[in-house]
Amino acid sequence: MPSDLIHQYMRIDHLPQIWCPGCGNGVIMRDVAVAIDELIQDEENDFDRDDFVIVSGIGCSSRAAGYLDFNSIHTTHGRAIAFATGIKMANPKLNVIVLTGDGDCSAIGGNHLIHAARRNLGLTVICFNNDIYGMTGGQYSPTTPNGDKATTAPYGNVDRPFDIANLATGAGASFSARGDVFHARETTEIIKKAILHKGFSLVDVYSVCPTYYGRKNKKGDAVEMLKWQRDNLIPTARYYSMSEELRAGKKLIGILSYNDYPEYTEEYAKVIAAASNKAKK
Amino acid sequence: MVGRKILVIEDKWCKGCGICAAFCPKQVLEIKKEKVRLKDPEGCIRCGQCELRCPDYAIYLVNVEE
Repeated sequence: MPSDLIHQYMRIDHLPQIWCPGCGNGVIMRDVAVAIDELIQDEENDFDRDDFVIVSGIGCSSRAAGYLDFNSIHTTHGRAIAFATGIKMANPKLNVIVLTGDGDCSAIGGNHLIHAARRNLGLTVICFNNDIYGMTGGQYSPTTPNGDKATTAPYGNVDRPFDIANLATGAGASFSARGDVFHARETTEIIKKAILHKGFSLVDVYSVCPTYYGRKNKKGDAVEMLKWQRDNLIPTARYYSMSEELRAGKKLIGILSYNDYPEYTEEYAKVIAAASNKAKK
Repeated sequence: MVGRKILVIEDKWCKGCGICAAFCPKQVLEIKKEKVRLKDPEGCIRCGQCELRCPDYAIYLVNVEE
């Protein structure tokens, strides 16, 4: 028997999941389950389980829609946000959560990401960012750091990487944040805020891929990779108390940008109301 | 009635990655034959760090009533 949380929110007959030993995705999926559980428990929100929809694309990360026991849909490569757009437009009351990977959301589905962000459609996109295409065999992805190795970049990656959180901000997302596997509690809080946010929200969660990215780049095993996250990814409160010198080479974990730009389905409802009034006349 | 917590290990789900053992603040866990084992039950303070970090949900605390 697994713990109550896992029993309640995951499809036990599909577990243990197929992810490699030490893969960070399991922790991020648990963060999502804890975040939803805490939002449901909080009476202020008046949510129940059926108010949540989990949508995923293709890739290691996207297996999560199969494991999480909600109304869930596992879609085609890169198109998770497109399917989620349809669900949100059909029923704007739902909390539509897209679980995607770095390749799925910034390469194959890059256009869907920037346009959903531009429209500020009320989705919550959680990107399991492991810097590589894991499922297909370790090819470099748009987030593989410059110079790092992958099966398709044996001499080092020539490309410059995307910073997905900043990409979303640039495209117009009204909430963009960064999380990681090591800071699980902080990341859970960020995911809760992202779900409660009305407009488009994106959380770029740094995962660890010890099997492909770690091994190719001599980053050590999962434990070493998590220690790197502990030492180099800094939660907001501590980050801003650090001097410029100490911050060098470190990245902030927390909410990066936030605004109250009008949400798309609400604006669209006004169009529907205006059109129906005109039709009645 | 006083509640207390016990540590449970789901052997079949453990993939032996060693994350729980490495980040255990009391160092009471170890990996033996690719599975986690509680080597020092007296030393465990039931902080739940292992449950928070296990990617496979193979180690966790449960509340038991006495």
